[in-house]
Amino acid sequence: MDITATGLTAERLSNLRRLEAESIHIIREVAAEFRNPVMLYSIGKDSGVMLHLAMKAFYPSKPPFPLLHVDTTWKFRDMITFRDETAKRLGLDLLVHTNPEGLEKGIGPFSHGSSVHTHIMKTEALKQALDKYGFDAAFGGARRDEEKSRAKERVFSFRNASHGWDPKNQRPELWNVYNARVAKGESIRAFPLSNWTELDIWQYILTEDIPMVPLYLAAKRPVVERDGMLMMVDDERMEIQPGEEVMEKMVRFRTLGCYPLTGAIESDADTLEAIVKEMLIARTSERSGRLIDHDDSASMEKKKREGYF
Amino acid sequence: MSSTDTSTATSTAPQEAVTDYILAQEQKDQLRFLTCGSVDDGKSTLIGRLLFDTKLIFEDQLASLEKDSRKHGTVGEDIDLALLVDGLEAEREQGITIDVAYRFFATDKRKFIVADTPGHEQYTRNMATGASTADLAVLLVDARHGLMVQTRRHAFIASLLGIRHVVLAVNKIDLVDFSEERFNEIKSDFETFAAGFDFESLEAIPMSARYGDNVTGRGEKMGWYNGPTLLEHLEGVQIGEHELAQPFRLPVQWVNRPNLDFRGYSGTIAAGSVQVGDELVVSASGKTSKVDQILTPQGEAPLARAGEAVTITLEDEIDISRGDLLAAAGSRPDVADQMAAHLIWMAEDALMPGRSYIMKMGAKTVTATVTEIKHKINVNSFEHVAGKQLELNEIAFCNLALAAPVAFDPYEANRTTGSFILIDRVTNATVGAGMVWFALRRATNIHWQALEVDKTARADSLGQKPAVLWFTGLSGSGKSTIASIVEKKLHLEGRHTYTLDGDNVRHGLNKDLGFTDVDRVENIRRVGEVARLFADAGLITLVSFISPFRSERQMAREQLPQGEFIEVFVDTPLEECKKRDPKGLYAKAEAGEIKHFTGISSPYEAPENPELRLENVGKDPEDVAEEVIKYLRENGYLLAPNAGG
Repeated sequence: MDITATGLTAERLSNLRRLEAESIHIIREVAAEFRNPVMLYSIGKDSGVMLHLAMKAFYPSKPPFPLLHVDTTWKFRDMITFRDETAKRLGLDLLVHTNPEGLEKGIGPFSHGSSVHTHIMKTEALKQALDKYGFDAAFGGARRDEEKSRAKERVFSFRNASHGWDPKNQRPELWNVYNARVAKGESIRAFPLSNWTELDIWQYILTEDIPMVPLYLAAKRPVVERDGMLMMVDDERMEIQPGEEVMEKMVRFRTLGCYPLTGAIESDADTLEAIVKEMLIARTSERSGRLIDHDDSASMEKKKREGYF
Repeated sequence: MSSTDTSTATSTAPQEAVTDYILAQEQKDQLRFLTCGSVDDGKSTLIGRLLFDTKLIFEDQLASLEKDSRKHGTVGEDIDLALLVDGLEAEREQGITIDVAYRFFATDKRKFIVADTPGHEQYTRNMATGASTADLAVLLVDARHGLMVQTRRHAFIASLLGIRHVVLAVNKIDLVDFSEERFNEIKSDFETFAAGFDFESLEAIPMSARYGDNVTGRGEKMGWYNGPTLLEHLEGVQIGEHELAQPFRLPVQWVNRPNLDFRGYSGTIAAGSVQVGDELVVSASGKTSKVDQILTPQGEAPLARAGEAVTITLEDEIDISRGDLLAAAGSRPDVADQMAAHLIWMAEDALMPGRSYIMKMGAKTVTATVTEIKHKINVNSFEHVAGKQLELNEIAFCNLALAAPVAFDPYEANRTTGSFILIDRVTNATVGAGMVWFALRRATNIHWQALEVDKTARADSLGQKPAVLWFTGLSGSGKSTIASIVEKKLHLEGRHTYTLDGDNVRHGLNKDLGFTDVDRVENIRRVGEVARLFADAGLITLVSFISPFRSERQMAREQLPQGEFIEVFVDTPLEECKKRDPKGLYAKAEAGEIKHFTGISSPYEAPENPELRLENVGKDPEDVAEEVIKYLRENGYLLAPNAGG
């Protein structure tokens, strides 16, 4: 009973082209429906792809929204350099926000731990920035394959006036019709890369030759081993503890965040092709290098309910 | 097979192999499928198995899974694969899948996106959500139980949402001793049942998700089975691009205007393909122009096709904005402000006909009202049942009226231009999802041929004002008798008349229509249209139809200018009609020999404000007919007396 003949000879759109079109559709829809959207730019590979798609979505115009970077002041220095170069190269408006109270209190991952740091310098800071500019929609580069609670999140993810996510009360989302209606104070987090996987992202970066922070590529870097993780010594704020030794190793990063919270992996992959090759034999998920997901197995869901991206 | 994705490309893979691999990745296509079935059928275990066997589970996830298995697992010491896919905390605790979750895995041939949806009836909306973007559905059944009510429901919803490819996964075959006979029995049951749906492909596969037999690898204990494993089938099934074969459609999402020299229209092509030079029409205004430039994500191109997100420029400056539909000029979509559609209700608060909602269809947003619930569909038995409102997870066939005409296609032809959501005006929640069946009334603002001799001219020469006398009432109420006398009297006065009789029209114009609700709508629509043409010709037209539904009479009324539609309610009580029963129909209906008989097994909705209400019990029909003539005279329909009278 298997009927396969379709009479169509034209080939189907490839996986990457289908993903690309879907993302562009989502980006255009947000730009058209919201009064004041913003694109969260975290400098990482997913943000890079998302930004690249936004440039395509509105070509020959520029994307009709600014970029926002929530700076915890603990990002790798290479990331900040790359961020400023990117905004300049593309001629886009870049907003940078740091939680002033957190800055005043000297909140940081070493002194306060990953959980407090992330909450105050990322989650709270993000909410402050969204409130400050009155953004009613914010693009994020999250993917559903990253983590279990993300797997259920909508492309248009509704947030209440205090930026909280209610996983049990999500709006049904059918076809490519997105409900963009929000009351005053409420907002939508939009995820154009929902259906991309980590491999798709690298594949696309390779195909489209998208510039990336050099930290993704292997190079000799100073690292110490701490809590089973290779931590890069990126600036003088990192104190070397007794028994620790700074080693020069060939390392790279699968994800980028605050340097004290982001583990490096030993690798020789110093080209994009080599990264893709390395991914074929990867046996750990990319978020395993992130300290914040390890608190307990449902930690991401909790953070998201509180307003984390 | 899948495992090559990760295992054959070892750390010693030569550079060419990687380059080849990367090239292959670029050509790889994508299959989106839906899994439906209940927790007990082993759905989450099946997905967990697919991810596990295609090496998409990483070591750290496995460690976390082992930890969770001890905490919440249901399979003793084994790793509970289901826990891998049941994402939310609350769900893990309750041991049920509540929402739709999306999973990803890939083989050398395809990348797969799995929409994992719950199987219980109270999650119909979640299943519909997952189905809306799926190319294929995997329906799970437990080999011990065979086809269940829910299997039928899942097949129905998949079909309703336009899924054309189905896999029947006969799971837990290990628990029936890998019985070929049992498998064939279930397969045959399903094929018989599914014959009523329009599936292009249907593959039944015996499997054990828990042990992996026939999921990705062959089941050793099922030597009798020669078909593909689930993964082989998913890799190989041909998904024709239905949308590509349809006429070109581009819903305009965004008008791209960087400077005065460039005006582009951006959107995702919903159907067909387009080339530079093609003539396109803006559906709402009917204006046409030719394609000047096509910008795709890969740059300027001579051609683009369904699925691509493009920006198009036209040769002429015409007024186009977000929400307009650009279409092939030679094959235009429907443009209408009334439509019939299937609606799935997704909110706790019931749908109320008459209440206004926000409809979002493509990039178009418009106010919409459900004018009538024609019937609800029992998702388990597929029976049509009457209903005044629609509750959470219920599905109905409805008529909708929109505040403005919208361009669309039937859902059957196009899942993008034929679908919409309804949004609550107060809470902004998405409360309903709709699939257009057909346009009920085409908009009047497109392409009317302007004629030299108009309606007034024709009516003046006949010495009368055109009108449609719409006689409604139960079978046996005396509609036709009275209408016939009225026409005779008008004729004697020298008036120009015509009668459209329900029975007679069904012998000719409408002989292709039956008595289902859909056909009844179409029956009345056609009669209304013919009456309108006769009125346009200047005639006094008498329509004698039971026309039991308010909305259809309303529809007929709205087809005519104000004052030309005269609703004549022949108000004879049901008991009296039954007593008269001139054609013996009531007796048959009560004996169950006629279905959908108005007054017995189908409702009659009496007019609320008819222009004329006639009671004829115990009256001479001649006198009753005279009441109609009097009404016409008093309201200026009969101008100067012509001859006779």
